[in-house]
Amino acid sequence: MTTQIARGSKGVEPAADAGPTSTGSRGTLILGILTLVALGTLALFALVLSPDDSNQGDAVRIMYIHVPSATLAYTGCGLATLGSIMYLWRKSQWWDLVAYASAEIAAVFTAVTLVTGMIWGRPTWGVYWVWDARLTSTAMLLLLLLGYLAVHRLPAEYSVRAKRASIVGLLLVPNVIIVRQSVNWWRTLHQKPTLFSNGLGSKIEGLMLFSLFLGFVAIGLLFAWLLIHRFRLAWLEEQIAEEGIDASIAARRAEAGDIGRWEGTP
Amino acid sequence: MIHDALLVAGKDLRLELRSRVALNQIVPFALLVLVLFAFALDPDRGLLEAATPGLYWVAVLFSGLLALQRSFSVEAADGNHDALRLSGLDPAGIFLGKVLAVSVQLLVLEVLLAVGVAVLYSTHLGGWPLLLVTVVVATTCIAAAGTLYGVVAAGLRVRETLLPLLLLPVLAPVLIGSTRAFEAALGGTPSEGWPWVGLMSVFALLYIVAGVLGFGPLLEEA
Repeated sequence: MTTQIARGSKGVEPAADAGPTSTGSRGTLILGILTLVALGTLALFALVLSPDDSNQGDAVRIMYIHVPSATLAYTGCGLATLGSIMYLWRKSQWWDLVAYASAEIAAVFTAVTLVTGMIWGRPTWGVYWVWDARLTSTAMLLLLLLGYLAVHRLPAEYSVRAKRASIVGLLLVPNVIIVRQSVNWWRTLHQKPTLFSNGLGSKIEGLMLFSLFLGFVAIGLLFAWLLIHRFRLAWLEEQIAEEGIDASIAARRAEAGDIGRWEGTP
Repeated sequence: MIHDALLVAGKDLRLELRSRVALNQIVPFALLVLVLFAFALDPDRGLLEAATPGLYWVAVLFSGLLALQRSFSVEAADGNHDALRLSGLDPAGIFLGKVLAVSVQLLVLEVLLAVGVAVLYSTHLGGWPLLLVTVVVATTCIAAAGTLYGVVAAGLRVRETLLPLLLLPVLAPVLIGSTRAFEAALGGTPSEGWPWVGLMSVFALLYIVAGVLGFGPLLEEA
């Protein structure tokens, strides 16, 4: 999966100079087809072939999406911090846009994790939300990611918002760790963690374990596919912004030249 | 660096002494929040006293946001920002000075709020060593993280709306920690509160290091 990210992303740099008109390429097309096939197989195994859980019944099937989404949300968060560090170090737009794209996809996957968790919680616990350590820290993760994205979308010059967003992105992982730690202490002083208290691996076997593995593959492919496209979109957006400024400067200069009153002040 | 920090802190505090914005506007706002909590939670049921630690720190956070906004809005006028950059002061010193000035203002505010909850919520204050250490450490956390995120939001049209979104999720551990530590101190079980002080100390250290290293680049282009 990581090689696909690298290959797909490297391919974009020469293409951007030539002026591509879409974010797709042969590589992402193949990746997209693979993703669809994997998602289809996952649906088959998760909804039809894998057995019910003895305690949770059909509700257990949502775990095949929920657990991989949560894992990839944290992966995206880590990538955002890595990209921010690399941007501050190397000042390369490539890394900044990797961080931005990862943070946005991570926010989507965090939201998916929360929503699927709530749908699972309603039949299992009887309520949509409990103040469990995992739920609370996942909600805080979403808010932290939204803060980063807000900074990156500031109405300001690219270098200004990229640098400020990178500082926020740099602190993303430390913040997530501290928030998780504090929320864990906060809840365990009151009650034992309710989720996964008997361990995921201990009771899962056979087809269920395979379905979960399939979930990781399918959601992982989806993550890679979305990330590559989001990265290319962000890249093209920045190209347009730069070209737009160049074009309007040229247009104003031409205008001034026509009138003949341009005094040489840019 | 320390000398520059004291210069900047002195400047900000002199500014406050002469303008009295924090005293005349932020302190009354904080007391207003205490009264609003009483309106929201029926004072006759003992809820206020039971919830004092949480309400106290929420009031501190909200008024602290105002103090932080103020700390950067004084630099926005009359090209002060450029003057600060051209002054040749060490950026790390500027950061520490800002943190120090905000901390001093917050500490005054917190003392007044403590009197406020003791009088209005009839909370019996006790467990002084833990209480005082918690106040100092939590204040450093709020001031350090607030100053760093404050400069991220500084000089932008959206700064008033951006800072709370950035800062409040980050300060969640400080709110949890300071509230639990206060509960432990007031409940007479201080040994439960000290781990929280430890967590907040790690937080404060992280943000002071991040601010000392990151303030220079952020100040240059802001």
